[in-house]
Parts: sequence; structure tokens; C-alpha cells
Amino acid sequence: MSKHTVSIDINGTTVTKEVDSRMLLVHFIREELQMTGTHIGCDTSSCGACTILMNGRSVKSCTLYTVQANGKSVKTIEGMEEGGALHPLQEGFHEEHGLQCGFCTPGMIMRAAELLEKNPNPSEEEIRWGISGNLCRCTGYVNIVKAIQYAAEKMQKEAA
Amino acid sequence: MSELKTTPEVCGMGHSMKRKEDARFLRGQGKYTDDVVLPGMLHMDIVRSPYAYAKIKSINTDAAMAIPGVHAVITGDVLKQYNLHWMPTLMSDTQMVLPTDTVMYQSQEVAAVIADDRYIAADAVEAVEVEYEPMQAVVDPFKSMQSDAPVLRTDKEGKTDNHIWHWETGDKDSTEKAFQNADVVVKENVYLPRIHVASIETCGCVASFEPAEGKLTVYMTTQAPHAIRTVVALVAGHVGLSEEKIRIISPDIGGGFGGKVPVYPGYVIAIAASVVIGKPVKWVEDRSENLQADSFARDYHMSVELASSSSGKMEALRIKTVADHGYTDAAANPSKYPAGMFSICTGSYDIKNAFTEMDAYYTNKPPGGVAYRCSFRVTEAIHAIERIVDVLAQKLDRDPADLRMQNFIQPEAFPYQSALGWEYDSGDYPRALKLAMDTIGYDDLRKEQAEKRAKGELMGIGLSTFTEVVGAGPSKDFDILGIKMFDSCELRIHPTGKAIARFGTKSQGQGHETTYAQILAEELGIPAAHIQIEEGDTDTAPYGLGTYASRSTPTAGAAAAKAAHKVRDKARKIAAHLLEVSEEDLEWEVGKFYVKGSPEQSKTIQDIAFAAYTNHPQGLEAGLEATHYYDPPNLTFPFGSYICVVDIDPKTAEIKVRRFVAIDDCGNIINPMIVEGQIHGGLTQGLAPAMYEELIYDEDGNILNGNFMDYLLPTAVETPNWETDRTVTPSPHHPLGAKGVAESPTVGAPPAIANAVVDALSHLGVENMDIPITPYKVWQVLKEKGAVA
Repeated sequence: MSKHTVSIDINGTTVTKEVDSRMLLVHFIREELQMTGTHIGCDTSSCGACTILMNGRSVKSCTLYTVQANGKSVKTIEGMEEGGALHPLQEGFHEEHGLQCGFCTPGMIMRAAELLEKNPNPSEEEIRWGISGNLCRCTGYVNIVKAIQYAAEKMQKEAA
Repeated sequence: MSELKTTPEVCGMGHSMKRKEDARFLRGQGKYTDDVVLPGMLHMDIVRSPYAYAKIKSINTDAAMAIPGVHAVITGDVLKQYNLHWMPTLMSDTQMVLPTDTVMYQSQEVAAVIADDRYIAADAVEAVEVEYEPMQAVVDPFKSMQSDAPVLRTDKEGKTDNHIWHWETGDKDSTEKAFQNADVVVKENVYLPRIHVASIETCGCVASFEPAEGKLTVYMTTQAPHAIRTVVALVAGHVGLSEEKIRIISPDIGGGFGGKVPVYPGYVIAIAASVVIGKPVKWVEDRSENLQADSFARDYHMSVELASSSSGKMEALRIKTVADHGYTDAAANPSKYPAGMFSICTGSYDIKNAFTEMDAYYTNKPPGGVAYRCSFRVTEAIHAIERIVDVLAQKLDRDPADLRMQNFIQPEAFPYQSALGWEYDSGDYPRALKLAMDTIGYDDLRKEQAEKRAKGELMGIGLSTFTEVVGAGPSKDFDILGIKMFDSCELRIHPTGKAIARFGTKSQGQGHETTYAQILAEELGIPAAHIQIEEGDTDTAPYGLGTYASRSTPTAGAAAAKAAHKVRDKARKIAAHLLEVSEEDLEWEVGKFYVKGSPEQSKTIQDIAFAAYTNHPQGLEAGLEATHYYDPPNLTFPFGSYICVVDIDPKTAEIKVRRFVAIDDCGNIINPMIVEGQIHGGLTQGLAPAMYEELIYDEDGNILNGNFMDYLLPTAVETPNWETDRTVTPSPHHPLGAKGVAESPTVGAPPAIANAVVDALSHLGVENMDIPITPYKVWQVLKEKGAVA
């Protein structure tokens, strides 16, 4: 098994490590870095529990090799809080009861982060299509949609 | 519940308190089983059978063992040395942990590899060489029941067929007579296909045996940790695992829905591996393994008959069912109820004569028969009755709402004795249906439907007015493997007036850390924010049967109230001592005792708690704590009325759920926000089998959709914006008047959707369609009826 040295910016800190060429990015994050907020739900990039941001784009880390993240910046759920304050999306999920078991929540939040970055004022329809790559088995999505609307509103107010 | 007894600061029952558990989940700090890492931990991966039915001729592990980093390959022959190659199921059937000679379903565990990391383990799985001799699988239960079918369970001495059990209940003769004398009889074959709970977290464990102390700790995805501890002690006692040395920890669980009740072979193999190797062993299945080998739900073939008078009075119900259990009965029903609470099948209707019988068969499919967010086969029963009521309405040319109103058990009839033996505790079905009809504008929808039909457009309105049965259960009738189905709360009040409470249940997203705290806040006046709730560690929590079948509020929730009452009884003694009055002179009001007629003389629960440790009366034990094991006197019977409107594109057969109104009644409510969230989730898990989900096997027993690319869970796009409301009919026997809620919508939604689609097509002569109702199925019907080219 060939080894590669990768250098990845994780939530603002550069990490340099030697990894097997076949190591999946999700395993690197969870097992090498012990950041277990990113979850694994399906192995086929169908469920989105492993969603992270790579160079600002939401990607499913179960179907990327660690070496593909070399030289890039990665943001996970652990990087969403700023200065001890919850990100508006985290706050929205709490206020609107957008989570139950919590397993899909980090992936949902990371996906929604890119959605709101690209479209700060999405319609309900756009939110539903926007998170259609992320499965939730508990909430029926109603309150997840509301949580994202809550965050959109708050972020727009803050930006104004 | 109309009025709140507590302030928002105390946050007792009825407050939409934001969840306490959110804090860690929002930050990615939940601790799920796969997040557990122990020093020296090894990883396990499983070799699985490509065949549904085959002899194992040989297993060669040499190449796998030669891979650096591989510690062991465990086969059935290895486990056989310890007599651990078979285990009992929760239904007292038997199941292989690992086979020694035959595999009985595709993806069955054949061997397990233990290695330094998950990648090496996966390499070694590929390197294990297994030689099979395939045999013709029996996949269809109607073939399995034939006298010339091969006998599958040759491990059972003297077994000459594939029949597992026969179960029946009700008065066969009176039912037969009622059918003979009835003006009208309708009959349909209704199939509820095999589906899978597919919680987003799969199953797994970390088993850690410490040889020096002989202590086994298992972190595992289980909804019932205490029962698991006892099962492990019973199964592995002969190899030295004694119950006081077994600790089961159920950490955060990423959804359960019934799929995390059974004991899967992977858990047992990981435990055995840790004991043999003396190091922690982690096993976490992938999604394909989860869908292909873990317990399925449903798979009931029901023949349903309903008799009525010409005026629409329902006279008799008869259901005959064939149940496909796969290769072993690994359901998780109470012992006396092999078909769970299927006998709730008379539903919300006053039907005096009923008889139901069922035969279960083995096939070469994975074992199971567990819940899919449904308490013990209630979904199957309610689908049968709610479908056949619509068939009757169609036959009599009656409006389905009107026919339901005519036949409902009336509010004054409670407690109601059903023909099949249940005592329904409380209900007001006409009120719930009327609210649903008013909310959705039923009469206007019927007019719109008539206009659309005249124009060739397809629109359907479907109703479901169901009764649930939850809260198992009273000890005289309910046990699992002999363990009675009580549940428990152990409550301790700290000197500063804060509290910790531990329970025998285990949340998988239901929000127990919040709702149990609210119950205790209601009963004691201690703010819910100051009450710590813990579950899931068998070394610290009191014994209980766990969380499934919507039983936590009916059992452990009641135990919380009762434990609080015990604490209050002692607090009264302490307050009397502090106020220098007799106990009888004291009155309780939320959070304090005061002297009758002199309310300024009072002691708060915080004053009393401090005194319990600093100034307790002589002759009274110090401290302030209580434990209660609650044995419910009856089950609880939540109910609801759902109305669904669908539009079907006559050209593409695409089905769109336009509106769905759900009126639920779960008695008194602890946290309205959480109840609504549970209903949203339950409705979506009703939509899923109604329109999308089915585990499909070919005639050789190959699964055709064993992954998330092919097994379709609804996304946010397919899921409608659920409209929810409630009526409140308290349970008369539950200490809080509560009933349980999480599964009602999964029970009630599928027939509402199926009825809506059939209603849209009824003018073409369609009487029944089996779920999942896909556009392709609808298109086939349209084609058959000549409605599309």
C-alpha cells in the first residue's frame, strides 16, 4: 500500500499526515483526527450523513479519498461554532426542533451551509431540492426546512 | 391538556421546552457506537453468503490469516467449540450465530475476520475462500407451505414441514354465523410487503473483555440494554460470562424504530472475539449488510372479509394471514403474542363478531418480523381494516367518512371491550374525524373531485381513522423471554434541590432527556433544566425493558410520576418537621408544601431537599430518593383521523400528495413540540412504505435492492408538508393521562394514502392496490382499465 503525505486545512488548522492512498476522507476525519461529528450512513453517497465542505463546496466524504483533499480546506460540523456562539444553522435546528436522533444533523447543516451561501433567501421548494441528497429518518423534514429558513432569515439580518 | 400547571422556568408538562440533548448533537459531539475508540481496539468484518440456500463444503482461512495485521478468522466451527454457534431468538426460536454446514439466506454471516483496522479486515474478508454447494431456495411462503416443499429447518429434529406456528383469536362460530346472515360481504387480499427500518445509523458494537477482572463491557446499538445483558448472561453463562460481570452501554443511537431490538449475530461474534483475543473488538455494519441481513418488518399476506347489513352496520370481520418470517422467527413480540397486537384489527369500529387466524412459515430469506416504527403488528392490522372499510363503502356506494361515523365506537362506550379481547381505555373518534374533515374542507374536496372526474382528471381523497394499542405492558400478559414488561425510574434529589433520574428505557431520538425531566418538573416543581436524565448504562440504570412500541411514556413516564410521588411523600414528612406541624396539616402545590389556611408558612422542595441531608427528622432515613417499577394496569389506546388528497397525472401516472391532514389524540401531552416532531417523522415513515419502500427478492432469494441507491427512502422533495392538529382524550389509568404517540402516524398514514389512490381510480372499477403504490403500478392499472393508450 503506497503512502502519501497530505496537508489539509481542517477548520482553520493545517494538518499534515501520512495516509494510505485508499483511505477515505471520512475515515481520515473520524479516525485519524478523532473528529466524530461527521457520520457514515450508507457508503454509497446516498444519505449525506458524511457531508462536509471542501473548498466551500458540500461534498460527501465517504466517497472521496483523503488524497483528493490534499492542499484543500475542509470544514466539518466541529468548525461551525464561532467564538463559542452557535452558527445560525445550529441555532435554527435547535429552535425549530430540526433534529431528533442527531445522526443526519451534521451533514444536513453542512449541506445547508453551502445552500445558503449560494442562495441566501431560498424558497421552501429550493430548500427541499437543496437538501434532497441528505436523508433523515426521524423528522419528516418539515422542521429541517423551518430550521434552514430560520438561519436564512437570521443571516440576512446580520448581513444587512 | 388545557392549562399549564407550571411556569416556563419550571417547564413541566405542556411546555414546548427546547431539547436538552440538542447541545451535543448540534456540535457534532453526540457519542454514537462507531465513535467509541478503546486502547488496542481491533476491527471485525464479516464474510457473507452470496447464496440464499447452500451447503458449505469448506472454508479456507489460510490466505486471510497470512495478511499482516489479521488476528483471527472466526467460523462456525470455532464457535462450536464453545457451544456458541447457535443462539435463541426473542421468540424462543433458534438462529445461527455462524453456520457450520448450511447457509439459509443471502448475506447470512459465514465467518468473521478480526484485524488491526477496518481496511485490513475488509481485505481479509475477500481472502477467505468458501466453497458452497447451492440448493434451490424457497422464497415464497405459499410454496413453503406446500407438502412437497423441501424442509428448510433440518436442524430441528423431527421437523417435517416449514410451518412455524398457528395463532388464532376470536369467536369462529359466531363470526361464521354473522357472515352467513349478512346482507353484504366484501373480501380483499391485502399484502404488506417486506420493508426495512433503515435507521441512518446502522448497527454495531464495541465489545471489550478485560481478562484480569473477567468483565465484559459492550457498547452497542440497542434499544433494550437490560434485556440484552440478561440474554448475554443466559447464552454465554456456560463460558463464564456472569450477569454481574456484563455491562451493556447503549450510547447515543442514530434512530432505532424497532430494528435495534434484536440480537444480531454480529454482536455475539464480536463479544466472542473479544473474549477469545482479550482485546476490544469493534464491529459496525455497512448499509448493504444492514438492509440485507438485519431484521425486516411486515411481510404479511392477509385475506380480509367484512360483513355488514344493507344499511352499512358492520357485523363481522374475519382475517386469515400467512406470515413470512424468513429462516427463523426472530421477531420481538411479547411471548404470548406471536402475532403481536394484530387483534386490534377491529380498529375504531363497533364490530361484535370477529375472528382472526394466522400461520407463519419459514423461507430462505433473512429472519425477523420486527417493528418498523410500529408496535407489534398494529400497522398490518390497521391497514387491513382501513382498506376493507373503504371497499365496503365502495360496494354500498356510501361516503367512506359517513360509513365510518356510523360504525365508530361511541365516546360513551369507553372503556370498550373489543370482540377480540382488548379493553380500549378512552376515545372520541367522531370528534377527531370531524376535526379532520373541517380542517381539510372535506365536502368541498368531494365536489372538486366530482368536477375533475367529469373532465377526466384523477383526484382521490383517502381516510384512515385508526386506533393504536401501545404501552406494553401489564405483567399478567406481557413478557419478553419471561421478563415482565414493566419499566423503571430511579430518582435522586441532591442537597441543593437539583436532581438526577435514571430509567430502564433508551431514547433513540425521542427526546427523553427533555420529556422525562418535564414530567419530574411537573410532579416536583424542580425546574426541568435542573434535572439530569440518564439511560442506557446497565451498571447504573434501573432494570427496564427498553424503548420500542411507543412504550416509554406509558411505562417509564408513569414510573417517573410514581417515583416523584414517593419523593413527595417523604418530602411531606420533612416539611412537617421543618414547619413543626403534622403531615395532615400540609397541602402540596407545585414546588412546595404549605400549611393549610396559612399559605405564608411553606417550605419549597429545594428547602426540603437541603434539610433531607442537613436536618432530617430523627427516626427518618437521611436523603431524598425513590425508585419505582411501573407495571401498567392496561395498555393505552391512542387514535387518530387522517385525510389525504392525491392528484394523479393521467398520462405519466405520477402520484402527488397534495394535502395530508393528521389529527392525533395521544392523551395528555408532555411536550407539544416533541409530539409534533414525532408525528412528522411517523407520517414520513408511513409515506415511505405506502409509496416507495419494499425489499425485493428474486425467485432464487437474491435481494434486488439491498442498498440506498435502490431501496428508496423519501427525501425532502417527496415528503409533503404535513398538517397536524390534535384532540386530547386523557388515558383514565395512566398517572399523567398520557398514551404514547410516536408510532400512531406510521400506523395511520399508509391506509390513508392507499385509500386516496384507490379512491382516485375507483370509478374505473379499482377496489384495491397493494403498497408501495408506485407510478408504474398505477400506470399498469390505467392501462388495464383502458384509461391510457
